[in-house]
Amino acid sequence: MTMRERFYELATEALWENDRVAVVLADIGAGQIPKHSRRFNVGIREQLMIGVAAGLALEGYRPIVHSYAPFLVERPYEQVKLDLGHQDLGAVLVSCGASYDASREGRTHLAPEDVALLAALPGWTIEVPGHVDESERMLARALENDDRVYIRLTNETNTAPIDGERLTVVRRGSEAAVFVLAVGPTLDPVLEATLDRDVTVAYLSRVRPFDAVGLRAAVRGTDVVLVEPYLAGTSAGEVSSALSDRPHRLLALGVPLGEFRHYGEGPEHRAAHGLDARGIRASIERFKDRNLV
Amino acid sequence: MTIATKLGYDDLPALMTRLTGDEKHDTSAHSTLDVLWVLYDRVLEDGDRFMLSKGHGPAAYYALLAAKGVIPLELLDGFGTFDSPLGHHPDRTLVPGVEIGSGSLGHGLGIAVGRVLVGRRVFVLVGDGELDEGSNWEAVQYAGRAGLDGLTVVVVDNGSATYGWPGGIESRFAAEGWHTVRVDGRDHAALEVALSKRVAGKPVCVVAEVQR
Repeated sequence: MTMRERFYELATEALWENDRVAVVLADIGAGQIPKHSRRFNVGIREQLMIGVAAGLALEGYRPIVHSYAPFLVERPYEQVKLDLGHQDLGAVLVSCGASYDASREGRTHLAPEDVALLAALPGWTIEVPGHVDESERMLARALENDDRVYIRLTNETNTAPIDGERLTVVRRGSEAAVFVLAVGPTLDPVLEATLDRDVTVAYLSRVRPFDAVGLRAAVRGTDVVLVEPYLAGTSAGEVSSALSDRPHRLLALGVPLGEFRHYGEGPEHRAAHGLDARGIRASIERFKDRNLV
Repeated sequence: MTIATKLGYDDLPALMTRLTGDEKHDTSAHSTLDVLWVLYDRVLEDGDRFMLSKGHGPAAYYALLAAKGVIPLELLDGFGTFDSPLGHHPDRTLVPGVEIGSGSLGHGLGIAVGRVLVGRRVFVLVGDGELDEGSNWEAVQYAGRAGLDGLTVVVVDNGSATYGWPGGIESRFAAEGWHTVRVDGRDHAALEVALSKRVAGKPVCVVAEVQR
């Protein structure tokens, strides 16, 4: 079962089990989450979708808002910034499509920049699940609170779930080993890419607030590789800030900034962006070979 | 530059069968077929521009461009694949003859207004569902008040809007100063007359009604 399919089940259950929960949609998901007195489908009106969620939050409800990432984050960005953030209201934004799940649909349906955009606004908890079970835990946690949460669902998945709210070391190399921080669904390709290498691999699924304390505790050498499944470098500033008092080198991998004009399948895009095991391995090898002057 | 073909309207359905993988948008694509044909076969003149704002279901559009020799027929078979220029939503930088990249709804009208303001005659195809997006109405209001008579919008009304348009789509355009008309979206003669209409000082809205 995909994260998106599970989300529709969980949102439906939450409507019936939690009187505070409301679901706001702009057509996407309306066919999957059955009608309910607190399921509001506003039609193809994404700015209204966020405004309605803010109104529900003002009335004490816990709104879940859902659409494809570009239509949830990018199109109504000012409503996200002002109707939620500036009004100091909470909501749970749950996106699908991620960076390139909907590759056949083209650029209009791809949002590798979503996390960077939300990270530019204060007060957001940003969750990047790497497994369907993680996404379920994230939604459950989000519904218990009143803060602003973004959960970024994807078709990509790791083999097993990990609680990545805090940075977790998955494999420990030597003291001088390259430290690779894999975010969300990049963990499996990172593990495959570094299987026979002296590398420390850590995992993180909550990228904001960023676990700087965990990173400082886990990094022992100087070389850090950050692998994110969205715009490259989105969390590079967080890593650099956490290690600002230590000599270190940082390689930030992710979806490169640029108009990538291809359709096709998600795995083809992942490979083209160098985010499959082969690409990650090649990038790490080049990084290690680069001498400091 | 176009490629000479002997293909006509009757060939379009067969061409569309070569575009597989986007079946969820079949209704969307078939709804636009006659409007597209009439525009390209009978209405558009040299210098005119057409923009498919409703980028959903572009199979009919690609089939038409192939039939008119704007793109090679062979391109149709790779629809949606990694190296094909033909995706499930069109990209103007990849497909000759495509004037805007679309697929996120509600962008075409605003861009069209910009072109019309500097003298271009522009036709824009939007869907009735697409009109849910508020950005359309900013353009509708401005175009009406600015009297942009170089702009023709054809709304393909296949009843997709989640809550419909009580009182009719055309009444909302008329209130903003547009000339409006509703026609059978399969009637080529009626479409030709409606789409060819120009009214001094008013943009034109043609609502082309089709059954899903």
